[in-house]
Order: sequence, then structure tokens, then C-alpha cells
Amino acid sequence: MTINEKQDEIIEEFDLFDDQLDKTQYIIDLGKKLPPMPEQYQTDDNLIRGCQSKVWLHSEMQGTNVHFEADSEPTAQISKGLVSLLIRILSDEKPEAVASADLYFIDRIGLSSLVTSRRAGGLASMIQQMKQFATQQAAKNQTAAQSTL
Amino acid sequence: MEIAPHEILDIEAIRRDFPILDQVVNGRQLVYFDNAATTQKPLPVLKALAGYYEGYNANIHRGIHALAEKATSAFELSRRAIQQFLNAAHVEEIIFTYGTTDGINLVAQTYGRRFLNTGDEIIITTMEHHSNIVPWQMLCEEKGCVLKVIPIDDNGDLILEEYEKLLSERTKFVSVVHVSNAMGIINPVKTIIEKAHAVGAKVLIDGAQASSHIDIDVQDLDTDFYVFSAHKLYGPTGMGALYGKRDVLDSMPPWRGGGEMIKEVTFEKTTYNDLPYKFEAGTPNIADVIATYTALEYINNLGKKNLAAYEHSLLEYATEALKDIEGLRIIGQGAEKISVVSFVIDGIHHQDTGVILDQQGIAVRTGHHCTQPLMRRFNITGTTRASFAVYNTKEEIDRLVQGLHRVRKMML
Repeated sequence: MTINEKQDEIIEEFDLFDDQLDKTQYIIDLGKKLPPMPEQYQTDDNLIRGCQSKVWLHSEMQGTNVHFEADSEPTAQISKGLVSLLIRILSDEKPEAVASADLYFIDRIGLSSLVTSRRAGGLASMIQQMKQFATQQAAKNQTAAQSTL
Repeated sequence: MEIAPHEILDIEAIRRDFPILDQVVNGRQLVYFDNAATTQKPLPVLKALAGYYEGYNANIHRGIHALAEKATSAFELSRRAIQQFLNAAHVEEIIFTYGTTDGINLVAQTYGRRFLNTGDEIIITTMEHHSNIVPWQMLCEEKGCVLKVIPIDDNGDLILEEYEKLLSERTKFVSVVHVSNAMGIINPVKTIIEKAHAVGAKVLIDGAQASSHIDIDVQDLDTDFYVFSAHKLYGPTGMGALYGKRDVLDSMPPWRGGGEMIKEVTFEKTTYNDLPYKFEAGTPNIADVIATYTALEYINNLGKKNLAAYEHSLLEYATEALKDIEGLRIIGQGAEKISVVSFVIDGIHHQDTGVILDQQGIAVRTGHHCTQPLMRRFNITGTTRASFAVYNTKEEIDRLVQGLHRVRKMML
């Protein structure tokens, strides 16, 4: 499934709810399903800046894809749910695709006030950190491709 | 028989003075419980602001024309109203500022830089807002002074015995919040001032939270400085006042240089204006100063004692009602409080609580409330804070309780 197909799937899921509270409940439930992150990744370096609550993001290359794992302090369930959405969309994708992804799902799931404001755990910072890693990896790929020419 | 405050105050009529309250937020009728951050403004204040710009906008003091005269006299009338509001002895003891933070910085940068030296000690408390910590830390860095902190007990009350131990001939300044913004606890400032004066220290009281809830009498308190912001007492933002005893203010050098604060300027030497203008360089915040008069008039008309009694009834009601929420713990359970309830709920992040309340149309504040050292004292990262003003009702507190039940249901 492409990044946009995954976004479209999420938009459809959120379309089932009219009420903001139900949508938020869905985000919380998604967060609860996020696999726990190994403790060794819960470092200060992996903390997402700009979040009121603690959220860690670990990024690595697995083969030719970027792979993300994340977790939050146990009580920060909305942040955890939001980062779980990003992982679903952006993890295990080619770095070039992540770097250039247009994340239109944010406006379309009807929670833009929640997910764009700093209140809800710095979604913008999460995206920025994921894209930054992907951009660095994409640049490496490009350099490698040029040197083989 | 004593008449209950809600029978003296017509809350429904008061609410009509605040049209902003009558709106739907996220599909529900707005409940505004973020009054400790800023109160809403009644129609007369909004009219005063517009009235100045519509009718007599002019720069004050030096103008010779009619509009300038009118603006100047409205501006100075506000100074007199603040003098009365604080029961200051002299009108020139009232300096207009941009707010509480500005007032504290003014004192730190003028009195502090002139009179404090290496090894001198400044005493604050654990519950200070960052605005009553950082200006003193900056001064300490520059002048080599030492910052001392009065601890609090588990209820949030200051431990006065510890304060007494901190006091010595090295103590030169004591700067204490009258009412804690994060907990609502009222500090025994009169005692604190007396004890500070006994060792020859000067005292500043941060009245940001107190000014709309408590009768303030700077002469009775015998404080050297008192600071507050208009926007927390139904007035406009960007406007506050510093009260200082005349002889103390006179002894202080000016801070900001510019127009208005001078007597005569030559390239060789400038002489400074008298109080209060010595501390009011540049064109002041004329409209907001003028509208502050109206805000004070509004409070005076309702009667501060009536406000305090009504708000206290809301506090008691909320404190009792919140017992219904399992795992909820109120931070700051001191005996003397204004209408603020700050709480944590087991297993739920305050940020999530705030988001889900907002989705139900309930505006509260979450986080550390600019009191990180206080949060550390309680070993928490933040709280959810509901703070009440005169236009709030018990029905709204019921909405908060229902909202919190929903939060728990969603999270746990």
C-alpha cells in the first residue's frame, strides 16, 4: 500500500465518526495498540522536541526502507495515538517517499485543530523529525547512485 | 439572616455583560474556566476602549488641544482609580506598566541594580511564577546576589518557620506572590512583610492573581511594592501597575529612557522627571489605561466583598463536586484559597484532560502554569487548572465534573 493509500484508508476510518470525542477515542485506542518500544530507544536524543508530553521516536533503515518506532510516557495517550498514525503511514517506506509525502490526512480526518496545535503533543514536530531522517537517507541514496555512475 | 452572595449579585445579568461567554465551542455551550490566565472583559470595558479611539484618541500630557486634554484627564483619572483600588497614600506612587512581569522587572532593574550587591540575599518562595523568579536570577547573575527560597508543605502552604530561618542581615529583598496562580493559595503577606522589614529588607508583592479577588490595602500591608495586571481583573491586556512607596521610588534610578520621563535634555546631561513619569518613558498604553478605569469601576459596582464571597462559594462547590472523580487529587489544599482548583488524575496526562475537556466546550489550563519549581516540589509535570470568575456558575462546574467523567471513561 502506498503512503497515499494508507492515508485514504485512515480518512475512511475516521469518516465513521461524526463527533470529535469519538474520533479522539479512536486515536487513543490506536495508541493502545502501538507495540511498546524497547527501553534502549527511550533516550533523550530520541525525545521529540516541542511536545508537552514525552514522546520518543527511533528511526533506522531496514533494508531500503525507513523504519520508525515510537512510544510516549504511559499517560500521554493522545500523543501516542497520533504518533501511531504517523508510523502506520510513514514507516517501512522508501526514504524518498517519506521525505516528499504530502500528509493531507491531517486536514481530512476532521481533527486539524487537535493534531496541528501544540496542545496535542507536537504532531508537527513528530512529522518534522521523521521527514528529516528520511531526507538524510534519501540524500545518501542519491550520493551513492551518483558515485556508481 | 445573612444574604447569600448569589442573591446579592445577579449572575445572569452579569453574564449578559460578557457576550463572549454566549457562544458554542466544539458543539457545546462554552464554559470558560481559564480566568486565572485572563478574565473576559465586560461590555463597558469594550466600550471604553472603542470610545477612546472613536472619540478622543490623542497623545497625552504635552498636547495643547482639546482631544489631548480629554485623553490626558481620562488617563490620569485611571491612575487615581488605581490609587484608591490599592489604597495608596499618593497618586504618584502608581506607575503604569505593561503588566505584572513588567513591574517586577522594573523593580529588579532599578531598585535591585542600585541597591543590591554581592552576597546580598533575595528571598522568594517555591510557588512563584517564573516572572517572579527569573528577573531576580538575572539580577543575581549580574550583581552576585544569592536567591533563597521559602519552602512549602504538602498542602502548598508556606512554611513560615523556614522563612524566619532564611531571614538575616544579608536579606535585602523579599519578593512573594500574594496568591499562587497554580494553586490559588493565599499567602500571609502581611506577616511576611513585617518580618522582612524587621531585618531591613524591602518587599515586593506579586498581586497578579490576588487583585481581582482580595481587598488590597498597600498602606495596611506596609509593602514597599505591589504589582498587578489589568487583564486578570476584567480589564485589557498589556496594562498593569506598579505601586511603590514614594520615598523608595524616589530613590530609584529610571529604567527606560525616552520621552516623558525627562525634565530637560541636553547632549551633556539629562535631568529626569518627577514621579510617576520618571518611570513612564514613551507613549504609554493610553487606551488600555483608560479602559482599566472602567474595569475597576465595574468591580467596585459589584462590590469586591460580594465577588469574593460568590467566588468562594464556587470554590467550595467545585472542591466538593470534584471528589466524585476517582483518582483526582487537588494540588494546593491550603486553608486560605481563592477560586482556583488545580488537580491531577491518576493515570491521565493533564494535556489529554485539557484536550478532551476542550472538545466538550470547557476551557481550562493545563501544564506547569509557569511554575516549574512548584511542579517539581509535588513531583508532577503539570496539572489541570480550573479557575472561576464572577460570571461562572455551579451548573458550569457540574459540566466540568461530567466532562472529567468522560475523560476518565475515554482514557482508562
